[in-house]
Amino acid sequence: MEKYRCIPCGYIYDPAVGDPDNDIAPGTAFADLPADWTCPECGAPKDEFEAC
Amino acid sequence: MKSTEIKPGIYWVGYIDWDVRDFHGYQTSRGSTYNAYLIVDEKIALIDAVKGGYAYDLIDKISEHIDPAKIDYVVSNHTEPDHSGELQRILDIAKNAKVVATQKGKDGLEKYYEGNWDYEVVKTGDSISLGKNTMEFIATPMLHWPDSMFTYIPEQKLLFSMDAFGQHFASSGRFDDQVDICELLAEAKIYYANIIMHLGSTVARTLKAAEKLEIDMIAPSHGVIWRSMIADIISAYQDWAVCKPTNKALVLYDSMWHSTEMMAVSIAEGLGNGGVPAKLLNVSINDVTHLATEVLDCAAVIVGSPTLNNGMLPTVASFMTYIQGLQPKGKLGFAFGSHGWAGGAVPKVRTMLEDTGVEIVHENITCKYKPDAEELKVCYEAGQILAEKIKTNICLP
Repeated sequence: MEKYRCIPCGYIYDPAVGDPDNDIAPGTAFADLPADWTCPECGAPKDEFEAC
Repeated sequence: MKSTEIKPGIYWVGYIDWDVRDFHGYQTSRGSTYNAYLIVDEKIALIDAVKGGYAYDLIDKISEHIDPAKIDYVVSNHTEPDHSGELQRILDIAKNAKVVATQKGKDGLEKYYEGNWDYEVVKTGDSISLGKNTMEFIATPMLHWPDSMFTYIPEQKLLFSMDAFGQHFASSGRFDDQVDICELLAEAKIYYANIIMHLGSTVARTLKAAEKLEIDMIAPSHGVIWRSMIADIISAYQDWAVCKPTNKALVLYDSMWHSTEMMAVSIAEGLGNGGVPAKLLNVSINDVTHLATEVLDCAAVIVGSPTLNNGMLPTVASFMTYIQGLQPKGKLGFAFGSHGWAGGAVPKVRTMLEDTGVEIVHENITCKYKPDAEELKVCYEAGQILAEKIKTNICLP
């Protein structure tokens, strides 16, 4: 599964890791993140991410 | 200097730093200000503090209006130490004050100051009534730190925009209509280019969120307060958010024995004769703060370096590293330079240009030792070709 990079802050969403602090389990593809999920580092919305 | 009333019962209580010339590497040739604001109402609020070392001045200015011990809320719109550096000194006096910040703001302030402060964490949509005035909070993550937020006073149509719309600009006038307009807009542009350029998508998102606010005054955390030129600065931000190109190309280079410089001159001449004014900017003598500002609204970034020890000159690498972080959008360009034997600089410059997001529109141009007439012709023609592409890009005839 593809990693995604937050354009404003550089955080990388890695599906293998997920986002445990926000209850996103490992193995969750970027596309399957909830629409209101935001970057855990900076708060940017999903549409400000790009595929790595 | 005394405080300034900016709205009924609302005062600028910041510090004017006429002397600062280096702001974490940013050349502040016109100084700066660290703006704090005091709202005197049934409840008392301080919006941000000042940089470390200037608490004495902040306390003096607050004391013109109220006893600082009576402050109820200290709003931290932005965690960076030039605004939070004196929070502890204020909280030592205002013992009952709550610190109002976003969650990210609280996280950052706790790491910086380890203060056992009484926080009120806020998010977009939250508000605190002070009596006649209400503080409404709008989180603006990554404009320009994750913690950043605006505080809006609807009753006064007043937006405290922290670093957005700021300028490093020391002046005795507190408002946009009390200073030289050319200097002000130049400083606002330098500020945007060096602090915010890489966050264009965030700026666009925030401007959209702010559209629904009625605003007749924008009070940033650096420089003068906008009241007469609000439409102008918002329009400028809309252009800068997309790095809107103007009919201007930059030929940025350094040279060891004038060979790369000769190539740069020929490229610039080709651009100029093709109808696109070019600026020749030697990166070893121009400050990077001003180079970044030129990049913001240029159409093309052409970068040249001779080869030193199989790589580019450190001066060019330094410029490229800085500009790579700022990620200008929609620029055209290519790489060029001279070398003695195997070369190496030009492909590396090209890779850095690509990583910066520059669209490469001409193959690398190199020459051995010193360009001859034929090699200079190649440079000149590359400038002409690029000029045509630029004119098409920005819709010039």
